Amino acid sequence: MATTDAFISIRNVGKSYGAFRAIEDISIDIGHGEFFSLLGASGCGKTTLLRMLAGFESVSSGEIFIDGQPMSDVPPFQRPVNMVFQNYAIFPHLNVAQNIGYGLRKLKLPRAEQDRMIDEMLDLVQLTGYGKRRAHELSGGQRQRIALARALILKPKVLLLDEPLGALDKQLREQMQMELRRLQRAIGITFVFVTHDQEEALTLSDRIAVMSGGEVLQVDSPSRLYEAPQTRDVASFVGYVIVLDAQVAGRVNGQAQLDVQGIGLLDVPSAGTTLTEGDKVSVAIRPEKLTLHENVPSDDTVAMAGEVEMMTYLGERSHFHVRVPGCDVPIAISAQNADMQNPGAANTGRPVWLTWSKDALIVLER
Amino acid sequence: MKDGTYIQQPNRGLQVYAIVFLIVLYLPVLFIPLFSFNDSIYVRFPMQGFTFNWYVDLWTRDTVWAALKNSLTVGLWVSVISTGLGGVAARAITRYRMPGQSAIITLAMLPLIVPGVIFGVALLVLVSRLGIPLSLYTVGFGHLIICLPFAIATLLPRFEGFDRSMEEASADLGETGWWTFWRVTFPMVAPGIVASLLLTFTISFDEFIMTFFLSGTDTTLPIYIWTQLRFPREFPAVLALSTIILALSFVMVFVALWVGRLGVVSDQVQATIEGN
Repeated sequence: MATTDAFISIRNVGKSYGAFRAIEDISIDIGHGEFFSLLGASGCGKTTLLRMLAGFESVSSGEIFIDGQPMSDVPPFQRPVNMVFQNYAIFPHLNVAQNIGYGLRKLKLPRAEQDRMIDEMLDLVQLTGYGKRRAHELSGGQRQRIALARALILKPKVLLLDEPLGALDKQLREQMQMELRRLQRAIGITFVFVTHDQEEALTLSDRIAVMSGGEVLQVDSPSRLYEAPQTRDVASFVGYVIVLDAQVAGRVNGQAQLDVQGIGLLDVPSAGTTLTEGDKVSVAIRPEKLTLHENVPSDDTVAMAGEVEMMTYLGERSHFHVRVPGCDVPIAISAQNADMQNPGAANTGRPVWLTWSKDALIVLER
Repeated sequence: MKDGTYIQQPNRGLQVYAIVFLIVLYLPVLFIPLFSFNDSIYVRFPMQGFTFNWYVDLWTRDTVWAALKNSLTVGLWVSVISTGLGGVAARAITRYRMPGQSAIITLAMLPLIVPGVIFGVALLVLVSRLGIPLSLYTVGFGHLIICLPFAIATLLPRFEGFDRSMEEASADLGETGWWTFWRVTFPMVAPGIVASLLLTFTISFDEFIMTFFLSGTDTTLPIYIWTQLRFPREFPAVLALSTIILALSFVMVFVALWVGRLGVVSDQVQATIEGN
């Protein structure tokens, strides 16, 4: 997937600490002006990779190119990147304006010009008039904006963000997500964003690299990652999913027919084109693509019978766990509460029927 | 219910104990300034009358001035060097994980509990074996050993509270190691450095045992006081000198603690805010 206009090019990059391999031979190309996220659980190597981009960690093998330049021998203070740290790293002995203007010393600008740039940044992050405040007088969201302004004032080619929203509460986080997106569109530079929050990654990113154990599992757009994950790990990390084992039972009209564990024969439309009889595969089912019925559906769609084992009320939707005979994991169904379609299903033990749309099943090779 | 929370219940017995403790601790010390203004060479009640004569007497003695100059010179050098070394040690201890780290820290702190007599004798044997003449340099070296653990202990909390990403942020914003040190590291640990300078200076200034073993012809103030004790007529002047040293030491230690605490308090405020 190497594109010719890659702005950041990570080429076969590896990182070892002694015998431990933190990063295994990663190659990613990130385009100019792209909002790119590194998504993974803690310890997957995403922060290490980001710190390698910033120059805080050396590259054990391979090479990182930014804007065509190899970065191995470039120290952090000469790289065309700036970073927003996880804890923001606001200098406590300086006020807001001094923090934002910290990187301007080397530019040797006249005082008035520096002040103008700092004011411009304060406007950009909507903290106009906060220049004289001390760092400890600010809230988490404000500190985050200052960290952003401090990094952006140097007009970097790339902005690196290390879980910048992790310390904020839910409401503020959602607000800052919108603002980050607005900022990134306004300045048009490349953002590389590290997060463990898959919802945040889906909301913000143009593309996401899902990482695990120091490797990149899949690089794709948010919708492709969600709708067409390539592996079981990606499917279960991005969104909630039930994974069942299956075997290809046969082929009908170019479609594969799967014998799914505990459920029986199912036709898989498009995804099964490369499968041949006898292949062992996994079937991933998204809870929101299943529909719960309290009576046998009248039309000719295939329905699965089971009984409600547990119901969790989540406000705008509810989660049901349905025990299907023969299947050793309960099937999860997510139903919108807008129409309260299943008021009675809260009673556990009730018999119910499940139907699914044609694209509900994701076939994964094992 | 009584007033206060479970932890903070008032306890009359403990209050009385604390007051008695402070009186026993400081009352004898208070006699020194008291009798330094007494118009008699004998330290006994009833007091004879108020006088500044002993202070005036001190002012005119060249030997006092010489000893004071020696004390100040040694104190200044020792405080600067021990704070510098202590800063390097504190940074290494907090920054790197070394094999045998706790053993190294324990060794560095050992002079706190090893009696000064033992260190003094050991150093005396060492320098005489090496043929080094006793001078203010050997005194300073002895003071350095005593002051270093205090410098490390004062600076460690500052460096422990130091967030490494601050220096990374500075590098990220285009500053080299040297400028990062001047613009970020140094200002952030400055309260600890000031506290360490004041504390180690005071310790060096008051130090007796090591100085006694390691000094040559040049003496420091505490040694001067000790030599004067042999002459009963000089005793009130000694009291006057002790009073001055006492006052200066108190002021310096209080300033050191106050400056050190300022830094810690602002850190705590910040930590509380960050925690929210």
